[in-house]
Amino acid sequence: MNQYRVMPGPEHFLPPAAASMGIRLPNPGESHIHGVIVPEEKAYEEAARQFLMAKVPTIFPGPLVLWAWNEKAAKKATAIRHLYETLKECVTPQQRAMLIPMPDYRPKYPKINPEVEINPNHPNLTIWHNKIDCCMFVGVHCHQANLSLKIIRGGTSCYTVAMCAQAGHEDAMLSFRDASVEKIMKLAEWVRKLKGTVKVSQTISKSGSSN
Amino acid sequence: MSKERIKIAPEFYEIMPPEYQDLVNRATYGNDSRGWKDIGTSKELIEEHSLCAGCPESMAFRYILASLPNPEDTVMVGSTGCTSLVFPHVAVHNIHSLFGNQNAIASGLKRALTVRFPGRIKDVVVLAGDGATVDIGLDMTLQAWFRQEKFTTICFDNELYANTGGQESGLMQKGFVAKMAPVGKQFEKVRLPEIARESGCHYVVNCTVSKPSLVEKVIRNAVHVAREIGPTYLQLYTPCILEIGKNSMEGLQEMRDSEKPTERFAYKEYISEPAKQLLAEIAAKEKEKKAAAKEQLAAQA
Repeated sequence: MNQYRVMPGPEHFLPPAAASMGIRLPNPGESHIHGVIVPEEKAYEEAARQFLMAKVPTIFPGPLVLWAWNEKAAKKATAIRHLYETLKECVTPQQRAMLIPMPDYRPKYPKINPEVEINPNHPNLTIWHNKIDCCMFVGVHCHQANLSLKIIRGGTSCYTVAMCAQAGHEDAMLSFRDASVEKIMKLAEWVRKLKGTVKVSQTISKSGSSN
Repeated sequence: MSKERIKIAPEFYEIMPPEYQDLVNRATYGNDSRGWKDIGTSKELIEEHSLCAGCPESMAFRYILASLPNPEDTVMVGSTGCTSLVFPHVAVHNIHSLFGNQNAIASGLKRALTVRFPGRIKDVVVLAGDGATVDIGLDMTLQAWFRQEKFTTICFDNELYANTGGQESGLMQKGFVAKMAPVGKQFEKVRLPEIARESGCHYVVNCTVSKPSLVEKVIRNAVHVAREIGPTYLQLYTPCILEIGKNSMEGLQEMRDSEKPTERFAYKEYISEPAKQLLAEIAAKEKEKKAAAKEQLAAQA
């Protein structure tokens, strides 16, 4: 049986692709947590718990939802905003929920502004700068999401959640698949349901999540 | 043609970095009369570039992007070279091809876009250096022209391999000594504009980028002819100031010196008969449009 688990890092400079370590993607109706396949319902609960536990829970919407390409994208944008507002309502004053866009995938020169955006080529900069300890990717194309998730796992201790519209991401610590408006709204419901029941994590180092 | 496809979801508008808001609000997508004069007043489709200070190629890039008639429905195909350092900063769809393969990639892309979007005009523009166009990719360049593929090929001719330190290229002038070609070029500059004409290109221009209005005109012509009739080719002199021993401020003068009537970049243009007819029709329509606008203005006054 495969013993490798996709855990918060920093793993090391070049963490292996989780798929190469035997982590497989969930089937429809399932998710994975740390690489272990679980029923989707359990993943909602765990994702909501991680959000509420984090000092800086953050949503990273990608180009597929930031830009109103079509009606479906526009509806997802509304749902993600709803999730963010719910999160803001449900966290304590000591926590700081954030919504930081990944508008496209171009390398940013001379330097990215990590306060206002995240870039898949160096996502760790945004994580470090804002001391983000739990994040969710949504609306990011597969390759760029994998790249980001691996870099984050390699260099930070941030907990990563992928709300994937395709088959999920092995490199996230928790991954949904077939993301839809309903699933995003359901996660928001879970956040509301667990409000006040989860203790905020005290384990973050002074330098934020980078350790 | 419109900005519909680059609309930011309203829920995320305020969190988008300002350069993206600018791109939506102040870029010239969907503007039929866009051109080089928008540079400096509108949001350009090139955010920043990583080329050397004073590089004529960076000027050429800005003029070309300002002049594309249909940028939101244009896909540019690049190749290895200095241009590939700029493409990541460009707000037009682009593909980086394997060195020299650019015209083969563009052929497939153009055909696929025609099938996938039958009711929509989709332009494909290849932009590569002289190494990719004339040396390593000459086969792909010529075969695309022989097949009458409907896209524009632009060659940024700096007469050597610039970003690898100055090796000799087919478009280098005879006798030129480069840093990594110390013997000097032994044979004449390849006459690609003439080869393009004989290979079936319907619109061919050889010039420098010293005059933005000229660059605008030839880009628009080349794209329109490629869209309706067949392959077009532009060879633009974009000297590498570093490799020819010039300073940042001397690029423009170098181009002006090279476009004199007896020089190798004296303006040269070839237009096939069908292309001439098409361009005349477009010019007539433009004229009509301008006259109508003028009349409207007079009526308002």
